[in-house]
Amino acid sequence: MTIARTFPRGGIHPEEHKEVTRKRHIWNAAIPSHCIVPLLQHAGAPAEATVKRGDRVREGMLIGRATGSISAHVHSPIPGVVTELRDLFLPSGVRSTAVVIRLEGEFDRLGKAPQRHEWAKLSRRELLGLIQEHGVVGMGGASFPTHLKYRLPRGRECTHLILNGCESEPYLSGEHRLMVEHPEEIVEGLQIAAAILRPDHVAVGIENNKPDAIAAVQRLVKERGLDVRVYPLKVKYPQGDEKQLVRAVMGEEIPSGGSPIDVGAVVSNVSTVMALFEAVCLRKPVIERVVTVSGDAVANPANLKVRIGTTIGELIQECGGLVKEAERIVCGGPMMGATITDLSTPVTKDTSAVLALTAAEVHAGEETPCIQCGRCVRSCPMGLEPTLLYKLIDHREYAASVENGLADCVECGCCSYSCPARIPLVEGMRSGKQVARTEGLLP
Amino acid sequence: MSTGSRSAPVTVASSPQFFDSAHTRRIMWTVSAVLTPAAAWGVYVFGIHAFFVLFASIIAAVIGEGVMARILNRRTLRDGSAVLTGLMVGMTMPPAVPVYIPVVASLFAIIVVKWTFGGLGSNWMNPALAGRVFVYFSWTPAMTGWTMPSTLPQADAVSGASMLGLIKQGLSGTGGHVGSPLRFLRDAGFPVSTTDTAVTDWLNQHVLHALGFSIPGGYVDPFLGNIPGSIGEVSAALLLLGTVVLLARRIITWEIPASYFLSFALLTWVFGGARYGTGLFGGDILFQLFTGGFILGAFYMATDTVTTPLTSAGMLIYGGGAGILTFLIRFYGAVPEGVALAIILMNVFTPLINRYTRPGRYGLSEGRR
Repeated sequence: MTIARTFPRGGIHPEEHKEVTRKRHIWNAAIPSHCIVPLLQHAGAPAEATVKRGDRVREGMLIGRATGSISAHVHSPIPGVVTELRDLFLPSGVRSTAVVIRLEGEFDRLGKAPQRHEWAKLSRRELLGLIQEHGVVGMGGASFPTHLKYRLPRGRECTHLILNGCESEPYLSGEHRLMVEHPEEIVEGLQIAAAILRPDHVAVGIENNKPDAIAAVQRLVKERGLDVRVYPLKVKYPQGDEKQLVRAVMGEEIPSGGSPIDVGAVVSNVSTVMALFEAVCLRKPVIERVVTVSGDAVANPANLKVRIGTTIGELIQECGGLVKEAERIVCGGPMMGATITDLSTPVTKDTSAVLALTAAEVHAGEETPCIQCGRCVRSCPMGLEPTLLYKLIDHREYAASVENGLADCVECGCCSYSCPARIPLVEGMRSGKQVARTEGLLP
Repeated sequence: MSTGSRSAPVTVASSPQFFDSAHTRRIMWTVSAVLTPAAAWGVYVFGIHAFFVLFASIIAAVIGEGVMARILNRRTLRDGSAVLTGLMVGMTMPPAVPVYIPVVASLFAIIVVKWTFGGLGSNWMNPALAGRVFVYFSWTPAMTGWTMPSTLPQADAVSGASMLGLIKQGLSGTGGHVGSPLRFLRDAGFPVSTTDTAVTDWLNQHVLHALGFSIPGGYVDPFLGNIPGSIGEVSAALLLLGTVVLLARRIITWEIPASYFLSFALLTWVFGGARYGTGLFGGDILFQLFTGGFILGAFYMATDTVTTPLTSAGMLIYGGGAGILTFLIRFYGAVPEGVALAIILMNVFTPLINRYTRPGRYGLSEGRR
């Protein structure tokens, strides 16, 4: 029996709300009559449309080509006709052009037996090419193009490849279900990643609240005699943040301002590795993903396999609609997700969840003066003092806030969540970083 | 409701999208609520005047808060902090104190200690305790005249004194040879309730006998609150009950009470007996914990978030320091209790403690900066 690890500093134990969906099988959501596919679904530059109004597209066809050094391809989730190219706001508040496709014609993949492709004989280059070609990006939130992440910087070596199965955000259970229902695909995806990165160690980090997922992955690793170590982790948010996961699994800290590769680590989450498997073995682009639809206002919470470009309104409708007054509709987890007000906002590659939260779940409250309780300081996994940073930013002391570690803030939300005075600490950090950037204090 | 109409909620908010149920207002009102049984006990054993004292303290605090908030154009009464401060002032008053004294204490606490520094969250000293200390030094006779609880047999020889006050007098009277505090009090004619005798006998016969020891009479009265003292400090039992709620709801954390208790208990055990003439390692911890407002201080006053350090390490240092100061004042100082003074003295050190107990940052190998 191994002792469960975790990261040492801060962290919180919010109500999990996972019990609602953790046992629900992933089911296929209805194919929407229209898909709204943003060309910016990744970190970096938006893809450039390769189709125009009136064009016919096939399922999985390239509709947006990566441009610039950091970018990713975008594919059509459904067969049909391009009805328009429309500008819209993504949940993050960023503007993007979206290709709107009306469903029409025949599916190339849906309903047909997938054809398996062997990958053992492929070179690293070829594997990276397949990943790039099929538009695989990090599906945990940062959306960094995977082919770029796996193309290590010169002189850097990957010692640890870590599969992130934490899913530490409350409510979410899509990745939990993927590990339980599709361990073969995920483990094979991990093997492909290992073939590219050639790490010394392959690790899987899964929180203890998913014993069935731990068991499923462990069993498979044993059956196949793989050199993969599964680490059960103590439940604590934000363990799914790569900085904390690296600390928990490797016992090492990523230097301030650095990335995991600085300590030899590459971290990918379950959905990403699943997409990687599909790209390489099924030659399938990222045109769908698993989304948890939950929250007390939703009639029938569920885990759905959803075509990219399906609207959030359609997803909620598919889960029985809203049965209670929803105070917030959230795209993503409750700790780092964004609210949306337009239900025609589409699901993108990084949409892990759609939550309709009631006032009773949100616990919003009037802002009061800071009572110096220190909850924010004790909850910060980065060892920052959010109350101090907030005051510095409030007083426009941006240089001092940077000196006190503003750039290290990962915006995980622990401080704001814990604050009894409901001070918008994370919002403060975000705007502080923005100003610091424009003043040249931060890169 | 349906989503068909595309009507979505209008809340646009930055992450996170949900919060811990703890809220400033809820914290303040919960602390007030769990203090109420101990305050009610004070009214029960000391009489209706104790109620007027509590009432006047709260009203004065609320009026003070209302006036200051009005002047500064803020809305603060609903946060509950003024009621809590008033209640705490009242609970630290002697039961028979003239009502104008708690009124002055509350007004001083709210207007001078709290609002001249900017209101809730900005004061650097615990308002209730600062208010109490202010009137203690202003009207010392009135603030040191105690009432026997109705649950004790009346004893003229010791009327008007508190247990710790009697012991402090005894220290000069006996040339520093008080001996065991309980025995000293018995010899001075301090009464014991029939409840104390009955409970002590029962404990000795049914519980402690099996463990091979027994306790003398006299501990049960201070535990239950059958002793003279401030209105809200006497019932250690009811105060401890309230702390269970505060700890369970994570309104207070364990660090300050634990380190306060440990340092005070350790010093009392090692040196307390020496001071009373019975040698090292013989201090009466239990007696010292249940008297002189220790429980009220350690669990309710020393845990005031505004005036205490931010980190666990800082809180442990703070509590430890408060324990040392309480011991020094109570055993060697001029004041018999020492809790209030120790806490507000430690308040002064809070910024310093914060400075030296900043959390270690992730990813900075060679310490800070």
